[in-house]
Amino acid sequence: MNNFVVLPLLIPLLAGLFMIIFRKNTILQRWLSVISFVLTTLVALYLLRQVFNQGIQIVNLGGWQAPFGIVFVVDMLSALLLVTTGIVSTLCVLYAFNSIGKEREGFYFYPLLQFLIVGVNGSFLTGDIFNLFVCFEVMLLSSYVLLSLGGTKLQLKETIKYVLINTLSSTLFVVAIAYLYAVVGTLNMAHLSVRVAEAGQTGFLTVVAIFFLIVFSLKAALFLYFWLPGAYSAPPPVIAAIFGALLTKVGIYALFRMFTLIFYHQPEITHILLGILAALTMVLGGLGAIAQKDIRYILSYNVIIGVGFIISGLAIFTPKAVIGAVYYLIHDMAMKALLFLLGGAIMTIVGSGKLKEMGGLIRNHPLLGWMFLIATLSLAGIPPLSGFVGKVLIIEEGLAKGGTNASFYWLAALGLFSSFLVLYSLLKIFINGFWGETLLSEDMEKGSTKGLLLPCALLVAIGIFLGVGAEWIYPYIEQAATSMLNPNIYIEAVLGEVI
Amino acid sequence: MKVNNVILQTVTKVATYIILTFAIYLFLAGHHNPGGGFIGGLVIASAVALLVLVYDVKTLKAVFPFDFKILAAVGVLIAVVTGMGSFVFGKPFLSQSFGYFNLPIFGETELATAVIFDVGVALAVLGTALSIIFTISEDISLWKH
Amino acid sequence: METLMSIIVGILFAIGMYLILSKSLLRIILGTSVIAHGSHLLIITMGGLKTGGPALLGKHFTTFVDPIPQALILTSIVINFAITAFLLVLAYRSYQVVGTENMERLRGNDNE
Repeated sequence: MNNFVVLPLLIPLLAGLFMIIFRKNTILQRWLSVISFVLTTLVALYLLRQVFNQGIQIVNLGGWQAPFGIVFVVDMLSALLLVTTGIVSTLCVLYAFNSIGKEREGFYFYPLLQFLIVGVNGSFLTGDIFNLFVCFEVMLLSSYVLLSLGGTKLQLKETIKYVLINTLSSTLFVVAIAYLYAVVGTLNMAHLSVRVAEAGQTGFLTVVAIFFLIVFSLKAALFLYFWLPGAYSAPPPVIAAIFGALLTKVGIYALFRMFTLIFYHQPEITHILLGILAALTMVLGGLGAIAQKDIRYILSYNVIIGVGFIISGLAIFTPKAVIGAVYYLIHDMAMKALLFLLGGAIMTIVGSGKLKEMGGLIRNHPLLGWMFLIATLSLAGIPPLSGFVGKVLIIEEGLAKGGTNASFYWLAALGLFSSFLVLYSLLKIFINGFWGETLLSEDMEKGSTKGLLLPCALLVAIGIFLGVGAEWIYPYIEQAATSMLNPNIYIEAVLGEVI
Repeated sequence: MKVNNVILQTVTKVATYIILTFAIYLFLAGHHNPGGGFIGGLVIASAVALLVLVYDVKTLKAVFPFDFKILAAVGVLIAVVTGMGSFVFGKPFLSQSFGYFNLPIFGETELATAVIFDVGVALAVLGTALSIIFTISEDISLWKH
Repeated sequence: METLMSIIVGILFAIGMYLILSKSLLRIILGTSVIAHGSHLLIITMGGLKTGGPALLGKHFTTFVDPIPQALILTSIVINFAITAFLLVLAYRSYQVVGTENMERLRGNDNE
């Protein structure tokens, strides 16, 4: 029993509620946002240390024992993602101060952001599959409102589609849970793992697994990504950054949990399917990214490529590949946030996201330009930046596993190929935006980047740290992968003496 | 245009009290029997919805001059803080406790922390339902004229 | 009983899907709502129907109905209620701004 486990959910919840009560007081809301996210990050770091030293921490809500009550579990994977979420959300909210505008601040922007983080952290923490659905919904409802906040024509159009897709996939989620409950009669993830292992993953359970795969693919934009580019390009950059960094990643986390903890008995069906979807996602997302001519769309398609690459690590399903996938997941959360924030800064200066309308920004904004280049190189996987380690591990393992099944050669090759597409699409922004003739003199610029570059610089620092300090982070990620690949560790921590 | 619905208004005046009483009954019954904060809050909200239908939104706004979103936030806050009370006693989050006390009028009564949590739930449901009703009806009345 | 309920769930899903595939936004919203209700019915069917008395309430029963699906449904209904309310307001608002509720005319964006 460790009550610290619920704090990453409770701190933003309390902060958000206070903000609703003091709606008129913008200054207070700003302070509360920062305090809440910093506190959440600190608690997450404390949990990280605790999990590292003492193993998985749990709390049985209301004192009800594990398979009967709802349990909150923090294992290494959750702890790492909580820390990353905390850092990314803190920096995004700092960026929002100077970019989000008075109207949105008055209409519950900060409380909605807190509730979004409640949902994200709740999804990472919960050990109950129905509770996962509830946390997803908390997160999605906040994201619906954040997406439509402002009420421009484009936003409303995109929000309708986004909400409809997500409502439908949530319904499918409920249906999948119903089937699973009918077969194994439990909702606790650890208990599910035990029961599925006992029953042997029969054909019916594999069908249910694929049902979950469809649901989470919709949420994570794995192959079923058609809703993403539109939805992520409609809201202001900081909201898009939060979405790009966190929302799809929660879907990925759910896929990790499902296919490492519960449905890991039939990798020749489920994980091969994951691999095919990942390969298609990388290729199609990459083609989308190089075809677009608007920063917002290019960045949105880059989110999709990232999803494909992370899932290909899960599809290969060897210890090192999973380490690579977790590493890349963390890197991707930080770097996608950075990319969207930098893109937002560029759009603030130019006043539009169209590549045609920008050029030569490096003259007046050298720092912005260099940071964008670092982010680009990092996402493309150039050493010593953060993307490198994850890419090397996943591709190496893919090639190694290609010996047993030749289709993994293809997966690894497509992973490499997607890196080139990422590099090409982002360099296109860099070359178009920063090189060439300076189209805008300083007084013609539409907005100033005052206060926008500090959060970006901090994210760049984190990116470099993730790359250079990989040696230092590696033990944590290794522990995450060990616990993911040995479900018994999780089961024993949650169910303990019950089983 | 003002519709004259005397019968509805007279019935509502009586019915509202009955509905509210029933809501409180449901709320208190919830500890051991079907009922509870959620359904109690919804029944109270239905009473207000009836009032909105029979009178108009403006009158109701004058009677309840506060923001229901704040009511909902306070409700959730009460529920969460009650849950966090267990931190002080080193129990898991959301643990409840109860005891039997001799109160002056009621005699021996069971008092439970879960009831405070339920008050929070009731307020949250009430606040949410009312803010939805008021938001939608306000806009439609604007749209008719 | 379970067989009948399964068929009804199927019918609800079919109706919902038909509504979702229509062009009017209002019908689509109703369709998502119908599908959601179908899924709630599915949960209660999957938990087993009429297997005994209510759990925890009295000691007169020897067999009990599984209470978990009921709790799940309650949660799911509330969430669905919130989403439907939000969707309706969103549709109304976009009808005011965009001037149409026909999905054919809601497609595309400024780039195309």
